[in-house]
Amino acid sequence: MGNKMTGPAAANIAAAGPPRQKTHIPNHPQRKPQPTSWLGRAWQGSGPGYMFLLPWFIGFFGLTLGPAIVSLYLSFTDFDLLRAPNWVGMANYVRIATSDPKFAASMGVTLFFVLFSVPLKLAFALGVAVVLNRGIRGLPVYRAVFYLPSLLGTSVAIAVLWRQLFASDGLVNSILAEFGIEGPSWISHPSYSIWTLIILSIWQFGSPMIIFLAGLRQIPGDMYEAASLDGASKWRQFFKITLPLLTPVIFFNAVVQTIDAFKAFTPAFIISGGTGGPINSTLFYTLYLYQEAFGFFRMGYASALAWVLVVIIALFTAFSFLTARFWVHYDD
Amino acid sequence: MTTSVVLEKVEKRYGVFDVIHGIDLQTDPGEFAVFVGPSGCGKSTLLRMIAGLEEISGGALMMDGERMNEVVSSERGIAMVFQSYALYPHMSVYKNLAFGLETAGYKKAEIEPRVQQAARVLQIEPLLQRKPKALSGGQRQRVAIGRAIVREPKLFLFDEPLSNLDAELRVQMRVEIARLHRQLGNTMIYVTHDQVEAMTMADKIVVLNAGRIEQVGRPLDLYNHPVKRFVAGFIGSPKMNFLEGVIESTSADATVIRACGASIKLPRALRAVESDMPVTLGLRPEHLNREETGGIKLADLQVDLVENLGDETLLYARSPDGQTINMSLAGEQVIFNGSTVPAFFDIAHCHVFGPDGTAI
Repeated sequence: MGNKMTGPAAANIAAAGPPRQKTHIPNHPQRKPQPTSWLGRAWQGSGPGYMFLLPWFIGFFGLTLGPAIVSLYLSFTDFDLLRAPNWVGMANYVRIATSDPKFAASMGVTLFFVLFSVPLKLAFALGVAVVLNRGIRGLPVYRAVFYLPSLLGTSVAIAVLWRQLFASDGLVNSILAEFGIEGPSWISHPSYSIWTLIILSIWQFGSPMIIFLAGLRQIPGDMYEAASLDGASKWRQFFKITLPLLTPVIFFNAVVQTIDAFKAFTPAFIISGGTGGPINSTLFYTLYLYQEAFGFFRMGYASALAWVLVVIIALFTAFSFLTARFWVHYDD
Repeated sequence: MTTSVVLEKVEKRYGVFDVIHGIDLQTDPGEFAVFVGPSGCGKSTLLRMIAGLEEISGGALMMDGERMNEVVSSERGIAMVFQSYALYPHMSVYKNLAFGLETAGYKKAEIEPRVQQAARVLQIEPLLQRKPKALSGGQRQRVAIGRAIVREPKLFLFDEPLSNLDAELRVQMRVEIARLHRQLGNTMIYVTHDQVEAMTMADKIVVLNAGRIEQVGRPLDLYNHPVKRFVAGFIGSPKMNFLEGVIESTSADATVIRACGASIKLPRALRAVESDMPVTLGLRPEHLNREETGGIKLADLQVDLVENLGDETLLYARSPDGQTINMSLAGEQVIFNGSTVPAFFDIAHCHVFGPDGTAI
């Protein structure tokens, strides 16, 4: 800048304080030579990122999407692991729909399990979250302790433990005996066995509880203060403020837990010894699918059962989203 | 329906920390009192104690002569407007307004006219079926006020209700709240950190600092006769200039103060002063002039920055001894950065504060 400034403009600059130190900015910074091919350019831009994603890609395409497509194909065949699959068209699906009493039985058990375990688990998780949200001491410890069953609950070890708890000579009956009550063998009685699995499912309330707790923390405290100034009791505050404002979280938890409940397998497998007994009372859909696939090696039919389950879960989820507009309140 | 609010030695403690230190205050029926002070001074805590949202650790809260410390908030006959509005996002405006009445057990036939009346007063009738997310900031604020009105409380509490609004809307809502006060005639207590809001709305301003009342009075009393340096600095915009000086000499009818490199003779005696005592001279920017119109000359100031605002010109300047002085001159002024201007002041508008910050 060769021109000198004079007058008010110069005074303005003078008043602004000492001049800032100039930083040298090169006009032509050195650049790496650009690759000429599009592949080279794409690699230079995003290559390292894709390298990091590679393990996921391998897992997704090799272990999830690939097998899913193959199973869809197999569901239209009579594949039995020993012979090459033969195309049978819709035969497997027709059999499921028309002449498989075990399909109806297992679906009935699964729906019963979903219908009772999911609402009870969510209600219990919400109740515990509300209590923990009161700012009690040692909250992180309680949070971790309550979350633990969610990590362990679906394991074989816990299922074995559950079997011991609810056996005829198990801990539950020992406690009942102290009060003079002779309890039945819970796991081998067709009326009670499913309830032992529902209780096991409720016991794994940690995961939805953590999400509820996060949701409760998002509700501004001044809404409760405004309600208390209006004279609203704690119950009214819960039903008129907490629950409506928590509906997005309830909706999320309900969908996730329902999908999980439809897929439940390990506890039923261990507690019933893989039979789904007594009298098919714990024959979860996934257990029946397992029996068909790995008991009778009817892989084609089992694949068809798997795809029916996918469709049922998809329909349920779609239905949930359709109804959400009537009861889920989003702030924005 | 109005109420008097009296605080008697009211204290608030969180564990070992005292945040409100024995406050005494009286608010008369129908009065618009404003608690003002910097962030953390305890003004919102004090308001929440009156509302019953915070426990009172010591002292007494009296409303119409009745002790209220142990009375639950819903039975104190108060309504509060929150800074965040605290509207229920899942309810329509109508439901938001009706919630308190429904909770109190009013029948639909009683609720409807009261909601409609409040909506009419606040001009939100067309918005009654909307959800809060479909409202602008100003409309939400009106709904929040409406929620307070429908309950027909004896006392309104406002906790920085305008701080989330933009400058233009803030001015508009300020006027509306003042109009509402005139219309309803209820006692209102209003918390703000904005001294302009306090000056324009209040019948009585309560200046708080660090959990203590610094001064209580009518807006212009606080402006013209601040009893503390803190109050003098807090009330008025731009802020009052504080110039360090010493008492040069004192007599029965005059005091000479040395400040800004000059001897300034005040034609009055000051209380409890002696020679060489350090004092602070307080001069509001709008009370300084660059023309000699009967005032006393303070100094020739070096202008660092000029801000032309159209209706006024602000000068940011320095005295010969390096103290910062701001001047507010009426209208447009042709003054350049770096130039020197003389500063004169009217003796009637000169404040002097002792070493402890108290006006003398």
